[in-house]
Amino acid sequence: TMAFRHKNTRRIEGLDSNVWVEFTKVAADPSIVNLGQGLPDISPPSYVKEELAKVAAVDRLNQYTRGFGHPSLVKALSQVYERVCGRKIDPLTDILVTVGAYGSLFSTIQALIEEGDEVIIIEPFYDCYEPMVKMAGAKPVFIPLRNKNDGNSASSADWVLDPAELANKFNSKTKAIILNTPHNPIGKVFTREELQVIADLCIKHDTLCISDEVYEWLVYKGNKHIKIATLPGMWERTITIGSAGKTYSVTGWKLGWSIGPQNLIKHLQVVHQNTLYTCPTPLQEALAQAFGIDYKRMDDPDCYFYSLSRELESKRDRMAQLLQEAGLKPVIPDGGYFMIVDVSTLNVDLSDVDEKQPYDYKFVKWMITSKKLSAIPLSAFCGPETKREFEKYIRFCFIKKDSTLDAAEVILKNWNKQTA
Amino acid sequence: QTHFLSLSLQAKMSRPVQARRLEGIDKNIWVEFVKLAATYSTVNLGQGFPDFPPPDFLKEAFVRALSGENHMLHQYTRAFGHPPLVKILAQFFGKLLGQDLDPMTNVMVTVGAYQALFCCFQAFVDDGDEVIIIEPFFDCYEPMVKMAGGMPVFVPLRPKAPKDGKLMSSADWQLDPAELASKFSERTKAIVLNSPNNPLGKVFSRGELEVIADLCVKHDVLCISDEVYEWLVYDGKEHIRIASLQGMWDRTVIIGSAGKTFSATGWKVGWTVGPNRLLQHLCTVHQNSVYHCATVAQEAVAQGFQRELKLYGKPESYFVQLPKELQQKRDWLIQSLDAVGMKPIIPEGTYFLVADISEFKSDVPDVPDSDEPYDSRFAKWMVKNKGLAAIPLSAFYCGAHKNNYNHFIRFCFAKEEATLKAANDILQKWKREKTNP
Repeated sequence: TMAFRHKNTRRIEGLDSNVWVEFTKVAADPSIVNLGQGLPDISPPSYVKEELAKVAAVDRLNQYTRGFGHPSLVKALSQVYERVCGRKIDPLTDILVTVGAYGSLFSTIQALIEEGDEVIIIEPFYDCYEPMVKMAGAKPVFIPLRNKNDGNSASSADWVLDPAELANKFNSKTKAIILNTPHNPIGKVFTREELQVIADLCIKHDTLCISDEVYEWLVYKGNKHIKIATLPGMWERTITIGSAGKTYSVTGWKLGWSIGPQNLIKHLQVVHQNTLYTCPTPLQEALAQAFGIDYKRMDDPDCYFYSLSRELESKRDRMAQLLQEAGLKPVIPDGGYFMIVDVSTLNVDLSDVDEKQPYDYKFVKWMITSKKLSAIPLSAFCGPETKREFEKYIRFCFIKKDSTLDAAEVILKNWNKQTA
Repeated sequence: QTHFLSLSLQAKMSRPVQARRLEGIDKNIWVEFVKLAATYSTVNLGQGFPDFPPPDFLKEAFVRALSGENHMLHQYTRAFGHPPLVKILAQFFGKLLGQDLDPMTNVMVTVGAYQALFCCFQAFVDDGDEVIIIEPFFDCYEPMVKMAGGMPVFVPLRPKAPKDGKLMSSADWQLDPAELASKFSERTKAIVLNSPNNPLGKVFSRGELEVIADLCVKHDVLCISDEVYEWLVYDGKEHIRIASLQGMWDRTVIIGSAGKTFSATGWKVGWTVGPNRLLQHLCTVHQNSVYHCATVAQEAVAQGFQRELKLYGKPESYFVQLPKELQQKRDWLIQSLDAVGMKPIIPEGTYFLVADISEFKSDVPDVPDSDEPYDSRFAKWMVKNKGLAAIPLSAFYCGAHKNNYNHFIRFCFAKEEATLKAANDILQKWKREKTNP
């Protein structure tokens, strides 16, 4: 046999498994009511699709555009975000367009994080943060959100950071903290006071803030999304990440952006020009047009940024009701389109399932096969120390059309009857 | 607010904010030249993209996908490649390679061939690994190897003088087998092969590929085979896939591009084909960097390939028509350049050609001790003063070798007839001005 010594590089050692690869396969069966992966099964707004159709007919829009972001798109983004942030944002130097917010996270981490660095990650966390930090050679330092009402959590607002515990995580090696607000999976919308605690520590320790704000428009009554970059002393040390997929219900367009000061964004641009160079043109142009339409009506309640949020709030309330009627206590999210729920009260005995996986992984797999309903296990979003605490929770996605929620309702009602 | 910073905080604040992996890779020729072309050019033969549209059947497939009843095409698809696309790619390339390919394990879709290259280097090149790069090379190979902590090792294609009176062909640029062999060491992880080659247009012959293959097998080295121009070969030449040579399938990653295949560079759909034991590591990089590629374009490209599979080898096949059209354009441009005294090297493939501009040197005087290679200054002068954009050949050489061949510029001829005519007008006028100042 021929010699062959080639294995993977050190940087990707141990990063090959992934909760999505595992669970999207299992839930792909169309007979399963899929409330797992975070993708809408509602249609994007029709004008968004129409803009893309118009663009497809323009010949030159099928060829390469500007690497760091299609000119009309970065201009539209700067307009929208100047208004939101109340500061000037240069479309050419302060913005990078990436392949989804995922690509922004990658570009930011590759640009600014290296071996010897520590990066603080708040648990539970969107699962890619940990492997991306590791791939950059750095050490993830975890800090959990804790239920301040100790077991009786009705709201995502009940989940908080302990300021003293947080302060202890910062040291001279701390290069960055990753913030996600509104938060996936809990749906927490960090308050100004909570953001100030984080900001104070970032300034004190000269730490960067990577702020994943993909759900920024999805905040429910009584809550306000605040950008940490707008707090004093934070613009110069923050990269704020956004997503077309979440803003316009087009996750399959895979367009995102990073916004920040030129002296940080320029390094993300270097990563981008050495990884994929440019993002697809027609999608960027269509997105620019859609932003143009909604920018003009940002004072109008019909603006999609607000109308989608209202639509999702009623789905949230319906999802919560369904789970409550099944005897469960969901954590009502203040933002985002996910809801977590403690399933231990159902007392489903899976001790005979001979797998070394956490309880919630086993529970979700069991639920998929026996109830035809899918969700995502919460321990996928935790570091090694906290998996035990979170393994009784699962996450449901509720950006689903009525018929999907109807089907979920049937399953949950029957479930209750069966166990009664 | 304390005025006394701890020593460790001072040390931290005095370090650069960016990661060390960005060292030496921040410059990029395209950023500068694309801007110049946008500002000054009336005829842009610089950056490599067609100024004609993708074929109608492809545009129609795109519109069907985005506006069809299945609005789920606007949502995430399978991370490693949209099922209809990986299935047809496995079928198509399986046929070309004479192998059974599994769409789930032998194919991975990427954001353009560019991201495929990135995944290869990140998956296989560790600190201290050497990667052989053949000069002239598509410029991203070098910074990508460096970003992965690797050491690029360069080996040049060397021009042989053409027969008297004849124009040089890209076939006349060849590797010296002994020189190539000397570049392989125990630290060599991979060699990057680009055939058909950008910028020269060289299409490596079977014999040339066998020399490379033998060395790969002997030294247990991987081959990253960038074949984005695989359909653009002229004069009846054959594009040979190195993965089909003895001992090569197991150690080769083949990279392809919908942008080049279907004249839709702005769609950024590319792919890798290879054995699972290599592709699995590309998947790991992919799932930790971009994760998914956009769905709608993948759906449209899948339909494009389905059409091409049905019409394979037939005259209506786009893969037959496109090279036929481009060969005509190539010949047009060769005539134009030759007529004015720029000496084109006839490319066997791609939609680029390189021309020797020595006879026009008097227009751009030498600047002694200039850091910038001559051809770069020439190209900049040309776009500013003649409105004709092209790319200096030195852009495709490593820093140390930028002055080795500094009197060549690269033209892209994937352009409408009107564009090529306009280029001809500029060249003719320029020549007239030289002879009758």
